Amino acid sequence: MTRIDDTFAKLKAANKKAFVTYVMAGDPNYETSLEVVKGLPAAGVDIIELGLPFTDPMADGSTIQLAGQRALEAGMTLEKTLQLARDFRTTDDTTPIVLMGYYNPIYNRGVDQFLQDAKEAGIDGMIVVDLPPEEDDELCIPAQKAGLNFIRLATPTTDEKRLPKVLENTSGFVYYVSITGITGAAEAQASDVAPEVARIKSQTDLPIIVGFGIKTPETAEAIASVADGTVVGSAIVSLLENGKSVTEVLAFVKSLADGAHRA
Amino acid sequence: MATELFNSFMTGPDEKGRFGDFGGRFVSETLMPLILELEAQYEHAKTDDSFWAEMHDLWTHYVGRPSPMYHAERLTEHLGGAKVYMKRDELNHTGAHKINNVLGQIILARRMGKTRIIAETGAGQHGVATATVCAKFGLKCVVYMGAHDVERQAPNVFRMRLLGAEVVPVTSGRGTLKDAMNDALRDWVTNVRDTFYCIGTVAGPHPYPAMVRDFQAIIGKEAKEQMMEAEGRLPDTIIAAIGGGSNAMGLFFPFLDDTSVNIIGVEAGGKGVNQKMEHCASLTGGRPGVLHGNRTYLLQDDDGQILEGFSISAGLDYPGIGPEHAWLHEIGRAQYVAITDKEALEAFQLCCEKEGIIPALEPSHALAHVMKIAPTLPKDHIICMNMCGRGDKDIFTVAKHLGFDMKI
Ligand SMILES: Cc1ncc(COP(=O)(O)O)c(C=O)c1O
Repeated sequence: MTRIDDTFAKLKAANKKAFVTYVMAGDPNYETSLEVVKGLPAAGVDIIELGLPFTDPMADGSTIQLAGQRALEAGMTLEKTLQLARDFRTTDDTTPIVLMGYYNPIYNRGVDQFLQDAKEAGIDGMIVVDLPPEEDDELCIPAQKAGLNFIRLATPTTDEKRLPKVLENTSGFVYYVSITGITGAAEAQASDVAPEVARIKSQTDLPIIVGFGIKTPETAEAIASVADGTVVGSAIVSLLENGKSVTEVLAFVKSLADGAHRA
Repeated sequence: MATELFNSFMTGPDEKGRFGDFGGRFVSETLMPLILELEAQYEHAKTDDSFWAEMHDLWTHYVGRPSPMYHAERLTEHLGGAKVYMKRDELNHTGAHKINNVLGQIILARRMGKTRIIAETGAGQHGVATATVCAKFGLKCVVYMGAHDVERQAPNVFRMRLLGAEVVPVTSGRGTLKDAMNDALRDWVTNVRDTFYCIGTVAGPHPYPAMVRDFQAIIGKEAKEQMMEAEGRLPDTIIAAIGGGSNAMGLFFPFLDDTSVNIIGVEAGGKGVNQKMEHCASLTGGRPGVLHGNRTYLLQDDDGQILEGFSISAGLDYPGIGPEHAWLHEIGRAQYVAITDKEALEAFQLCCEKEGIIPALEPSHALAHVMKIAPTLPKDHIICMNMCGRGDKDIFTVAKHLGFDMKI
């Protein structure tokens, strides 16, 4: 049982949907980013996705690309991202942290070393965008063995034939990408998402969390009501991009969390 | 080296799209079904005679193949050693080898019912070739090009627009070729139904490295026959420049099992591989990593962040290299060297003066290495280099470096 499994068990007992947020580690700098992350649980966030900055985020739209660039320019690294998790864990030992990013910085550190360090830093799981099931031997299998969740994306292009393969080595939860496209793109429609969630549910007992293109408390509520929870990323990151204060960012997060929890 | 362990060097990639440890399919889930479909369609087309008949017809009547094999007599005499031949792929329609591959991919796209073609381009040669073939077939064409390259390759931008393509200047990242490739991939995940991504080199996720190689291998197949005709034997050394590695793989592939043939790939050494990363020599100065769908040698920092390369040649300005080259390097079947901007410029000028051929800056790198080794080799040593592009697109850059005012 990871913190992720615990969190979903508690939410289920309370009959509540999960609210998940994505923020880029180190955006716009280490201190501000740590302050935001530390404030997320009190704002109603159930699971934190922590973005690992990378120079070439090929599945991300401009908001998250620029957040990564700001973080890298401010000196962010994989090591400092793990440090941010450690610092967060000094004040919070229950909220799950999922590292989300691309494979190269992890591969560069060495998979075994990374898994050991991530576990020790209090990371609970990971989403690595450029590791499909076809490359499971790289990180997915070793991560599961190390007791970390490997959360996979299912997408509108994941057809019936492929779905079992996508679900096979997934743990923690399934992240359903609501649109074909990159982060921060068009607004998702609950009516499109509902049948897709049902399709995935028929093949797995894992919770289904829906993300990409969710920007308002209303959409968060609508999407969460047809799934087990929802993720918001770019809409939060863009506040940091526009120079909003930590207090303003967290107030917006709270409005989104309230929306998702109404579902 | 371990080359004696292999029965053949021509069997790769394996079913996981790997050449040894390199290659693979490191893409997001949204793209995975698309590249599996592409692989299935390509595997089918590859064994379909009508597919190759269409290719050969267009290669002959539209591109102008076979390209000549030319004995560079005055250059040979000047260098005073090995006998130098040039495979004249710069005479192809659109002025480079790029169109060999584009034709293959566009014929495949048409068979798959795709109506919108996207491409990335650095120097603009792949973009021009793609725009050209799209015009010929009446397909919509969108070309992603780094904003920095849009500026330094203005004539090619205009050509693409004349040919009806939409050129999108890419400002994400640092606005170079790798960023153009990122944006093309972002377009593809967004437009999954009607769009075909036509990659310009032997990189990207499987099946691209193998597919692009197979389309470019016409260069090496012709070269082999032409050398047999001209000399009654194979060359001793074959040499090509490497950006992503497609013209090189095209020349090298048919020779891989002819172990008497020395194979040399020439990377862009920029200001020198010893200085801090002001070059694009991924094999000489990089280490293995994962980018753009495959594992290969990359220019990267200690944190695994990708670095921008530097080269006078926009076509070689890529921080990675095709995975098959990474494998050939590791097993020692091919040798990889670096040539600086300065050496390439010298070769560019010598080729103009001695042979009446204005080469592109990319093959000028290969030629610069020929200039280095030919004088040290006996007169009966035969070198074949790939003259993969003509220099029309580069005259502005070269004029600037030689201090020549083009306005006069
Ligand atoms: C003439 C020419 N040669 C070489 C290259 C480099 O590509 P590759 O290594 O794939 O042949 C380019 C790319 O634009 C080019 O235009």
